Amino acid sequence: MTLQVELVSAEAKVWSGTARMVIARTSEGEIGVLTGHEPTLALLAPGKVTIRGEDGSTVVAEVEDGGFLSIDHDRVTVVADTAALADSAV
Amino acid sequence: MAGQQRVYRARIRSTASLEKIFRAMELIASSRISKARQSVASSTPYARAISRAVSAVATYSDVDHILTTEKESVRRAAVLVITADRGMAGAYSSNALKASEQLRERLEDEGKQVATYVTGRKGVGFLRFRKRDIAAEWTGFSDAPKYEDARTIGDTLVDAFLQDYEDGGVDEIHIVYTRFVSMVTQQPEIVRLLPLEVVEGTEPPAPDELLPLYAFEPNPAEVLDALLPKYVNSRIYNALLQSSASELASRQRAMKSASDNAKELIRTYTRLANQARQAEITQEISEIVGGADALAS
Repeated sequence: MTLQVELVSAEAKVWSGTARMVIARTSEGEIGVLTGHEPTLALLAPGKVTIRGEDGSTVVAEVEDGGFLSIDHDRVTVVADTAALADSAV
Repeated sequence: MAGQQRVYRARIRSTASLEKIFRAMELIASSRISKARQSVASSTPYARAISRAVSAVATYSDVDHILTTEKESVRRAAVLVITADRGMAGAYSSNALKASEQLRERLEDEGKQVATYVTGRKGVGFLRFRKRDIAAEWTGFSDAPKYEDARTIGDTLVDAFLQDYEDGGVDEIHIVYTRFVSMVTQQPEIVRLLPLEVVEGTEPPAPDELLPLYAFEPNPAEVLDALLPKYVNSRIYNALLQSSASELASRQRAMKSASDNAKELIRTYTRLANQARQAEITQEISEIVGGADALAS
């Protein structure tokens, strides 16, 4: 089981793929999403969203303006007005 | 008689240079149009994600939000018209403006005051010429709008909506934009933006796919509070993108027929010029022959 992740900004789809885990910062605090997470709609705080891919690769995205995160049926959608992939994977 | 020929030649030259301009503008428009359609397509995932989220909140919580509540009496309505920055696009801008004028009349007949918001220099010029009050105007991005532009417009409109009538606020907001149906059809369209009627996105989810029972973080009211303005912005962004694609499509079409007409004119003038030249030669010959006859007799 893996997560289907989509990272969407207002102007384009920034990234999509499968992942093992998604780490993001919501308005309430850090959230780590694994498969089987309960359906959630959360507001994001500006900051980094880290996507750990299936094959161990890591994608880091910079979410500037408040966006939101929706999780349902192992589909994670990260939505932000402006989002960009950070240059180097950590 | 040589004068006649010169006039035709000059006309041919000027028409030929106009034709070059039309042709260049047609090519520019058609190269940009695919880009504009692409940005419509690439903004859909965002629009879909937002509509999905908004309808999820609206369905699973009975939170009332000021942006979705109908006001009891509508006294002032705002109309946002989206037009082009530049002309040479056939009837594109005037069709949008015509639709907005009809809407304005209808609203005024219903006894509402109308505040006009406009994007695009053509619309601004139209309203200025008629000495209308413009509540706000935005120009400079009609053929390639950015999300930033939509956000600026959205923030202004939402602010106006949240204000009380007495402070100059509006009670409902309409948008007039041009929907891009196909390369040959663009339809001016009027939609009511606020108060929001939350509709499922353009592609409704499959019937067997139920919206899950979401947990909201921090709570439904705050999530809705953050989402709705974004939803409004994304609707505006979509309208801007559709309009820009329509603008480019009508410009391409207008320029195509302009350069066709220019070609036709050049052909006509060339014939006329040839005729004038021939007439001149004939006349010279008959003068010479007449002169020779006179001498011989």
